[in-house]
Amino acid sequence: MVPTLAGRVQTRLFVLASAGAIVTAVITPFIGIASSPGGAYEAAYAILATIAVIGIIWELIYHLLMQWRWEKDWPALFGLVSGAWEGAAVWLLLAAHVVPGISTTPPLPAYLLDFIVVWLCAWLATQGPMRVPFIRWRFRGGRLV
Amino acid sequence: MTEEWQRTTVIGGFGAELAQLVPDRMPGEGGGDLTNELLDAPVWTDRMLAAAGIPVIDAPFVTVGGGMGSFAMVDYLRIAGVPPERIRVLTNIGFPWQTYEYLTRVSQISGDSRIRSDSSARPDNIWGFPSYALQEAWQDRSLAPLWHVLIEPVFADYWTPRRSMVFAAMDRESRRIGYEKLIARGAVRMVRRRFGGGYFVLLTPDAGTSRTKRVAYRARFVHLAVGYPGLRYLPDLQAYREEHQDYERVVAAYEPHEHVYETLKSRAGTVVVRGGGIVASRVLQRLFDDRAKYQLPTSIIHVFRTYIDGPHGPHPWMRRKGDHGWAYQGFNYPKSVWGGQLKARMRKLDGQDRADLYKLIGGTNTPRRRLWQRQLADGRAGGYYRDLQGVVERAEPGPGGGVVSYVTGRDGEQRITSDFVIDCTGLEADISEHRVLADLLKNTAAVRNPLGRLEVERHFEVKGTASGDGALYASGAATLGGYFPGPDHFVGMQIAAQEIADDLARRGWCEKIGPVRSTVQWFKWLAGTPV
Repeated sequence: MVPTLAGRVQTRLFVLASAGAIVTAVITPFIGIASSPGGAYEAAYAILATIAVIGIIWELIYHLLMQWRWEKDWPALFGLVSGAWEGAAVWLLLAAHVVPGISTTPPLPAYLLDFIVVWLCAWLATQGPMRVPFIRWRFRGGRLV
Repeated sequence: MTEEWQRTTVIGGFGAELAQLVPDRMPGEGGGDLTNELLDAPVWTDRMLAAAGIPVIDAPFVTVGGGMGSFAMVDYLRIAGVPPERIRVLTNIGFPWQTYEYLTRVSQISGDSRIRSDSSARPDNIWGFPSYALQEAWQDRSLAPLWHVLIEPVFADYWTPRRSMVFAAMDRESRRIGYEKLIARGAVRMVRRRFGGGYFVLLTPDAGTSRTKRVAYRARFVHLAVGYPGLRYLPDLQAYREEHQDYERVVAAYEPHEHVYETLKSRAGTVVVRGGGIVASRVLQRLFDDRAKYQLPTSIIHVFRTYIDGPHGPHPWMRRKGDHGWAYQGFNYPKSVWGGQLKARMRKLDGQDRADLYKLIGGTNTPRRRLWQRQLADGRAGGYYRDLQGVVERAEPGPGGGVVSYVTGRDGEQRITSDFVIDCTGLEADISEHRVLADLLKNTAAVRNPLGRLEVERHFEVKGTASGDGALYASGAATLGGYFPGPDHFVGMQIAAQEIADDLARRGWCEKIGPVRSTVQWFKWLAGTPV
C-alpha cells in the first residue's frame, strides 16, 4: 500500500467495521471467548472496537515511521506483522481490565484465535478485494471519503 | 478502417448529441485535403471542412494515439458503460502494446523476461486485482509469487510480471471490450477547435482506405495519448553519427543493436555504456550474461554524467539510496506517486514548487536488484567493469575501427577507446517535435508545465483548449510534469483514465463507476464475459 494518513485511518476503521465485524459474527460462537453467547459477542465486539480505536494511535506511529521510507510506501508484510504488537497491546489492555464492555479477561487461546482471524481477514481485504467495489481507493492513499 | 465502415458511420451517425450543433453541414466540393484556410484558422467551422471536401465523421469521444494510454482510457469508458459506437480510436499502430513491445524488445526485455512494473499495475484490469502475482500463482499452481510479493521489497527485489503475461492479458481484455472494432487506422495530423463546440480531429487514413486524403472526426471530447514525442540522441553522439555516417559502432539502446552483442561473441571488445537508468542496467546485464555464458573477454566502461556516491536528498525524510554512480528506486518514481503521499502532495503544487519536487523524486534511476549488484561487483573485482563520472565532449573514429570518446569529468580529461558505444540515456524529444502537440501549442492557449510538457488540469484536461461544451484531455508521457507524476506508467494511465471518466461523468456524458457497477464489472472481467 501507499497510504496517506487519512487513508490509513479510514481504511482501518472501514475494514474492521465491515470484514472484521462479519468475521467476528461468524467465529464468536466457536472460540469460547466467554461462557454465555451474549457475553461472547459483547466481548468479541469490544475487542474489535479496541483494535480499531487503539489502531488510530498505531496508524499515527506507522505514518511517522513511513516518512523514513523514500518510496513512502507501506509494504504488505509490515501490515501483516504489525498484528503481533497490536495484538499484544490489546491483550495487555484486556488484562488490565480497562476495555469497556469486558469485565473478565477472556482465555488467552480464545483471544488469540479471535484476534488472528480478524487481523488476517482485515489484512487480506486490503490486499486487493477492497479495490473491487472501491475503484478509487488505491489511488487516494486508502481514503474512502 | 474500411471505406464501408466510414460510409456506415457517416450515414448512421453517432453524433446525435452533436447534430443540433451542425446546422451548416454541406456537401464537399474541394479535393479532400487541407487548404490554406484550414491551416491558418485556429477554429474550424463545419462549412470550412465541407468547402475543402473533407468528409466528416461524428464520434462523440475520440482518443488519439492507440497505444497503452488510449487502451486504458477506452477500457475504463467501456466498463463505465459507454457504448462502443460513441468511441473511436485513431491510431497508426496495429494493437495498443505494439510500440511498448518494440521498445522493450530492443532494450533487452524480450520473450518471457520481466518488466519493471508492479504486480498490481495491470493495464488490462482497472482494479489491479487479482494482481499478476496472484494470477501467476494460480496458473503455475505455486505459492512462490505470493510469498515473493509478501516479502518485497524488504527481503526480496520487487516481484515483476513477465512481459508475455502482460501482453496476453491485454489481448484478452482488448477482445472482451471489443477494442479492435473501435479503431480507425491512419496518422492524426492535427486537432482543431470547432466553432460551436467540440473539436475536429484530422486524420490521414492509411493508403487505399479512403477516397479522400483526409478525413475529419467531429468529436465533443478528444483524448490525446500520443506517447513519447520521440527520442533524442546526445549532441556528441548525434554529431558523430552524422559526420561519420557510423550507425554500427555508436548505437542507442532504444534502437535495434543486436549486432553489438553478436560481434562481441566473435572477438574481444570494449564497450562504453552511457547512462544510469534501467536501460543501462539491462544492457549491462546482457553484456555480463553473454560474457559469462560464452566465456567472452568483453570489457565495459560505464560513463555516468551524474554520479551518485551514496544516499542523497535534502533530509532524512527525503533520502534516496544510491552508490557507485547509481540512484536506486523500485520504479521510475517513488511508489507513492501512484496513489499515496507524494501523489497527494504534488496535486497541490504549481510552478517552481512543482518543478522542485519533480527534481527531487525524479532523475535517472534504476532498481537495486540483487542480480545486477552481484554482476557489477564481480565486474569491478575482475577488472572488466569500470565506472566513471564524466561528460563526453566529443567522439571520433579510432584506430582499428574503434571509437574514441573524449570525456571530461572529476578525474580530469580522459580519452577512452572502445569498439562500441551504447547510449542508454534515453533523452526524450521536446513535445513540439510531435506534430499534433506542436499544432496544439500554436493554435490554442495550451501551455507548457514546469517540466516543459503539456500542462493539464488535475482531471487531465489540457489547459487553454476548452471549446464550448467539449473538452480536450491528454495523458501519458506528454503530460509529465503535471499535478500527477508518473503518467507514463501502467497505473498512471489508469489514474488519468479514471480522472477523465469522472470528469465526463460530471459533465453528464457517462455514468460514474460506483461500488455496485464496479463489483458487477469486476466479476465480468473475472469470467471473461463482455462488458
